[in-house]
Order: sequence, then C-alpha cells, then structure tokens
Amino acid sequence: MFYREAGDFKTSYVEDGQTFPIKFDRYRYYAVLIAAFAVVPFIINDYWVNAVFLPFLIYSIAAIGLNILVGYCGQVSLGTGGFMAVGAYACYKLMTAFPEVNIFFHVICAGGITAGVCVLFGLPSLRIKGFYLAVATLAAQFFLVWMFNRVSWFYNYSASGQINAPERTVFGTAVTGAETAPWAAYLFCLVFTVACAILARNLTRGMAGRKWMAIRDMDIAAEIIGVNPLRAKLSAFGISGFFVGIAGALFFAVYLGAVEVGEAFGITKSFLVLFMVIIGGLGSIFGSFAGAAFLVLLPVLLKNLLVGTLGWPTDLAAHLEFMIVGGLIVIFLIAEPHGLAQLWRVAKEKLRLWPFPH
Amino acid sequence: MLDASEGYTTEDGRKIGGVVMEMKNITLRFGGVVAIKDISFDIREGEIRAIIGPNGAGKSSMLNVISGFYNPQDGQVFYKGALRPQMKPYQVARQGIARTFQNIALFDGMSVLDNIMTGRIRQMDAGIFAQAIWKGKAEREEVENRETVEKIIDFLEIQHIRKTPVGRLPYGLKKRVELARALAAEPSILLLDEPMAGMNVEEKEDMSRFILDVNDEFGTTIALIEHDMGVVMDLSDRVVVMDYGKKIGDGTPDEVRNNQAVIDAYLGVAHD
Repeated sequence: MFYREAGDFKTSYVEDGQTFPIKFDRYRYYAVLIAAFAVVPFIINDYWVNAVFLPFLIYSIAAIGLNILVGYCGQVSLGTGGFMAVGAYACYKLMTAFPEVNIFFHVICAGGITAGVCVLFGLPSLRIKGFYLAVATLAAQFFLVWMFNRVSWFYNYSASGQINAPERTVFGTAVTGAETAPWAAYLFCLVFTVACAILARNLTRGMAGRKWMAIRDMDIAAEIIGVNPLRAKLSAFGISGFFVGIAGALFFAVYLGAVEVGEAFGITKSFLVLFMVIIGGLGSIFGSFAGAAFLVLLPVLLKNLLVGTLGWPTDLAAHLEFMIVGGLIVIFLIAEPHGLAQLWRVAKEKLRLWPFPH
Repeated sequence: MLDASEGYTTEDGRKIGGVVMEMKNITLRFGGVVAIKDISFDIREGEIRAIIGPNGAGKSSMLNVISGFYNPQDGQVFYKGALRPQMKPYQVARQGIARTFQNIALFDGMSVLDNIMTGRIRQMDAGIFAQAIWKGKAEREEVENRETVEKIIDFLEIQHIRKTPVGRLPYGLKKRVELARALAAEPSILLLDEPMAGMNVEEKEDMSRFILDVNDEFGTTIALIEHDMGVVMDLSDRVVVMDYGKKIGDGTPDEVRNNQAVIDAYLGVAHD
C-alpha cells in the first residue's frame, strides 16, 4: 500500500544498483534533503541547533565512520574518542597555523590526518582479532588523550590546556566562534554529514565495501579469492578514521568551541559512538543515523517531557532519563539484535503489503 | 607419458591442451607429520583432473598447495611454464586460480549477487576515490562486471535468489553460489574441494552437469577432489590417486580402476 513496487521495473544495472531502488524511497529521500537544506535553517533557533541538530549531525558522521570499521569490516574499535580528539586537535592546529585558508579545508585535512593515525593504530588488526583487537584499540584511546594532555605543542602552550576555536568564516558568514548564527553552524555540519553519508554509501556498495564485508564474514576465504587482507583492513581503518576525524573536528570547532581533551574525548565518547552503531544497526548507513538519533534525541525528548510537560524537578528527571534510556536500549536489543535498521527493514517489508496479510 | 607441449583428444572429442600447471616432487610437512611425500603430476589445459584417495591421504593439502595456502618444504610448482615463487594466497588467486571449499566458505552477511561480484576482484581495480564518488571508471566497471556475473547467475540457474542473503540459503544452493563465485573470477584453473559432499543423488547430478557444462562451455581447467567414485570416474579425464601422502596411481579412469595399488588402498590388503 505505502510501498508501491509494482510497475517499478529496472532496465539497467545502474538503476538496479542505486541507493534507493524503489521510487517511493527515492522521493522521500529527496524530500528529506530539501527539508533539511531549505526549510530547517529558517525555523531553527539556538536551542534546537545546540541540543538537537548539531550533536545529531556530528555523531552521525562519527557513527558512519565507526560503522565502516566495525559493521562492515568487522574490526572492533574502542578508540573512537581518541580518534575524534586527533581530528579536533588537527583542525585546531591547522586553523591557527593557516588562518587564511578556509575552515572547510581544515576540517577535511583534519579528517585526512586522523585517517593516517587510524591506519597506524590499525596495524595490530593484522595479527589480532575480536575482543583482543578491541583492547588494543583501547590503547589508542588512552595514549592519544594522554598525548594531547601532556604535549603542550598541541594546544599551542595555552595556560589552561584547553583549545579554543577562533572565529572562521565561510562565504563571509561565521561558522565557528561566539558570533556564529545557529543556521550557519547547522548548514556547515549538514553539508559534511550529507557528503560523508553519500561517500560512505558509495564505498560500501562497491568493491571496497565487498572486500570489507568479505573480511568480516570469513577472512580466510576472502584471502583465497584474492582480497589482500592487509590493504582491506587498513583501508577500512583509514576511511573510518577520515570520517571520525571530520566528526571530531566539527565537534570541537563548531559544536563545543572550546575543548578539554579528557572531558570531551574520553573513553565514554568511544562507548557512546559504539552504542550508536550497535543500536542503529551494524553494517548499515541508515543505522548510523538511527543510532545517533536514538542516543541524542531520546534524552532531549525525555527531558522536555518530564521537566517541561510534567513539571518534575530537573535532578529527578535527569536520573530517570538514564534509567529509561538504559531500559530502552536493553528492550530494543532483545527485540531486534540487529538494530534499528533491521527494525526499519522489517517495517518496510510489512508496509509493502499493508493492509493485506499476504 | 604424454608430451608436455602437446595435447590430446578425449573420446568425446574435446581438445585437451598442453600442461598449464605442473607439480614437481612436492613434499609438505607439518612438524613431524609428512602430509605429502614427493608427489609429481601435471594438469593440462581444458581437462578435468581428479585427485582421489582414502581419508587423510593428503588430497586437501595438495589442493591447498596449488591454491597457495600452504607452501611446500620441497619441490616446485610450475604455472603456465614458469616456476611459481612463494606467494600469498591472494596473489595466487590473482594469477587466475580460483577454488571452492569442502565446507562452504561464503560470506553469509552478503547477498548472493555481492558474493559472486566479490569473485570479480581480479577484474575490478578502480581506485578508492573513484569508488567513493561513484563516477567514471568505478561505475563503468561495476556495470560491466555485473553483466558477466549475471551470465554466470543465468548459467547456474540461481536468478531467483540473486538478492537473498547467503546465510538464508539451503546447502545445495550454497554450493552452487560458491561455484558461481569461483567461476566469476574467470579462472584458468578451477579447484573444487569435494563439490558433492553432503548432497543427495539429485543434487549430485545437478552439480555434475554444471561441472561438465563449465568445462565444456568456458573451457575451464578443473581440478577436483571427490569421494564419490561413480562421479569421479564419470567426470574426469585423468585421475591422481593418493594414499598416505604418496601418489599410488595416475592415469585415465580406466587405468586407475585396474591399478592393483589403488584397489589395495581402497579395499585393503591382507598383511601376512
């Protein structure tokens, strides 16, 4: 009923291989894009941007990055917080060292630098797998945070040990610093999120993605049919690092503005992004968005509901919030271990036939 | 024996070419255990070559040597006339040697189509940046290779499960998908490790037909291990028989059938 597939025939392999093969899906995707670019910027205020949109967009990028590594290539990583810190500090150093260059390029370069660091810490993956690799990446997390705390070159020898994003503009409009308009920050992040999602989708539906999934599903068979495990694993680490680095750079420069590394990029951040990926759905780009939305929006929603609507005291609401979110995670994972993306797929299957049972 | 450079014609009129792969005095040891002891044989272009033997004879080890998974301690492997240096399994694969496994080794999380497309790895080399923007070479390559893959899907009659995740398929179909993935590589030698293991008679007949068709239609050289003697004798042009890591027979099915050493190995001999 809602999903009209009948009559939607494909006559070429290009059509068959596109991201949204069903017309209805495609139009909804365009509608979401138009709304995100042309409607939302005009109606959002400071609260919506800082509480909802920026964290959602930025965590989505990080989740996409981690999903490529964990969901597609099967290499568990607990170093996401540390890699985001690399992105943030790389962006900061570039912003202060080359103030005349557009911040757009700083963010991309920060992603590139993070990719390099990520490949370096991905080297152990050639020898160790699974939980043991997770522990090895934990070393990256602690080492990187320690390094950004101790080596004062990274924070330009500032007395506080913090890094602060100076004001930078794109097309004459400030996107970082105190004077930033909410819509400018939002649009700047949105461009990155959309671009990252499209790039990630293209990579995962092509040969690169197939190599990663082959390594994930059965590494020995992958090698015997011609996948170079070294290159496949390290390219997953590199590309994952690129996205995570961009997320880290935006998180620091656009969202927070000022960062103290242990607080902003600690181990909790690694777990948060990993949970997003698991709850959203391993091996799914949509799942990365769903997971980020779940963990960013739900607390905000609950807070508004409990404090705003029901008038409960803030501290009580804050505690309840943790309990409810925790409970929901457990319930969701029991109901659908493959995450929200799988739930969505099942719902779509049902909608194709609704209201008929067969 | 036959001359290395010239081929021969089989009874049913197929032309068999020169030697494409030659194993010379291969010895493979695992610590103190000798899995393969000084074995030599060759594989000719276009033929179906079977390796048989009782359990533990070293057949799978032999296949693993050919596919580069094991490196023998002694002996040489000649491929297309040149000595093959020690290389990694993926390098061997890229030279055009594809294989299937005794216990299916498909990628369960991927669709049938993606599994078979993975087999095209040798033919697809668009850079990662081209793939990320999905323009130019990456897109063209994807479509061209999809066409080849669809032909193989057609050939093996698995059109209806094209988009199904492999994990959900029954055993017989999985075996067929695995064959499709190996075929997708357009290999010069196709290695099949017990392609009929665990199948019922009907599935075995289907699989035998596919193997013969592949050989006939694409002229693919096939080396296979199989326990079902009826199948082996029917399919293969020449048979190598192994027992306890040694070669005890080599020749046409008829020659092997009448070889006393082979009969002894299979039926046992009285030790007095």
